[in-house]
Amino acid sequence: MALNPAFVGRTFPATAPYLVSREKIREFADAVGEPSPACRDLAAARALGHPAIVAPPTFPVVLTIPAQRAATADPALGLDYSRVVHGAQHIASDRAVRDGDELVVVVHVDGIRASGANGILSLRSDVSTVDGERVCVVRATLFARGTAAA
Amino acid sequence: MTPAVGTALPPKEFAVTRADLIRYAGASGDRNPVHWSDRHAAAVALPGVIAHGMLTMARAARVVTEWTDDPTSLVDYQVRFSRPVVVPDDDAGTVLTVTAVVTEIVDAAHVRVDITATAAGAEVLTRASALVRLPTAR
Repeated sequence: MALNPAFVGRTFPATAPYLVSREKIREFADAVGEPSPACRDLAAARALGHPAIVAPPTFPVVLTIPAQRAATADPALGLDYSRVVHGAQHIASDRAVRDGDELVVVVHVDGIRASGANGILSLRSDVSTVDGERVCVVRATLFARGTAAA
Repeated sequence: MTPAVGTALPPKEFAVTRADLIRYAGASGDRNPVHWSDRHAAAVALPGVIAHGMLTMARAARVVTEWTDDPTSLVDYQVRFSRPVVVPDDDAGTVLTVTAVVTEIVDAAHVRVDITATAAGAEVLTRASALVRLPTAR
């Protein structure tokens, strides 16, 4: 089944606000092996110029991968998630995610194309605070094996 | 002081075990069974349970964050996942080897760093690079 090209350019509603906590940052830092005290201790974060404990650079995917499901789980897209391979990832940060941030994600379908027998889905997730401050832009490229776009 | 183009960052080796994958699955919320079930991995024609691509990307970033001593120094970070990282069900796991080199002086505060990650002798990331804020720019 081909990926539905009508999804290109589609924007999904903002996710419910996600409240970033220092314990989630610590848990994530532990899981990726990031030892920095700035991910755990306010004084260490302040010494680096941050107003709060900061998250490791790939932390935004905790929000963006679930947010992408608005697109990837829509039956009309025609994506079989069991055939999906993560092709590429790009995180452009305006600033680090911090303890206390309330973040929302808006997912856009930037592109759908075919490469041989594979469909290629490009998704962009804009991450901002509930007050509208942009925090980062996260781009994911997903390969759907054997599901070339029409 | 701005490092010169060609400066190699201290390389790092990370063991990635099944226990690491379970912990990352919990912390990240990515519970895809190809990261913990041999049965599910085989059903989608993978050679075995594979690491989360985002765990590999996160581990590779540590070469930069430990060089700058700042977990927020990767202003812009991108990778392509060229090959799955197969993680055996044993205590040793798979060793991920990460190297990085300064490829461009962008301005007084930023350099571009290209990152190479290999597992079992093969590159698992390609076109991996980061725009890095230097500690002196804080």
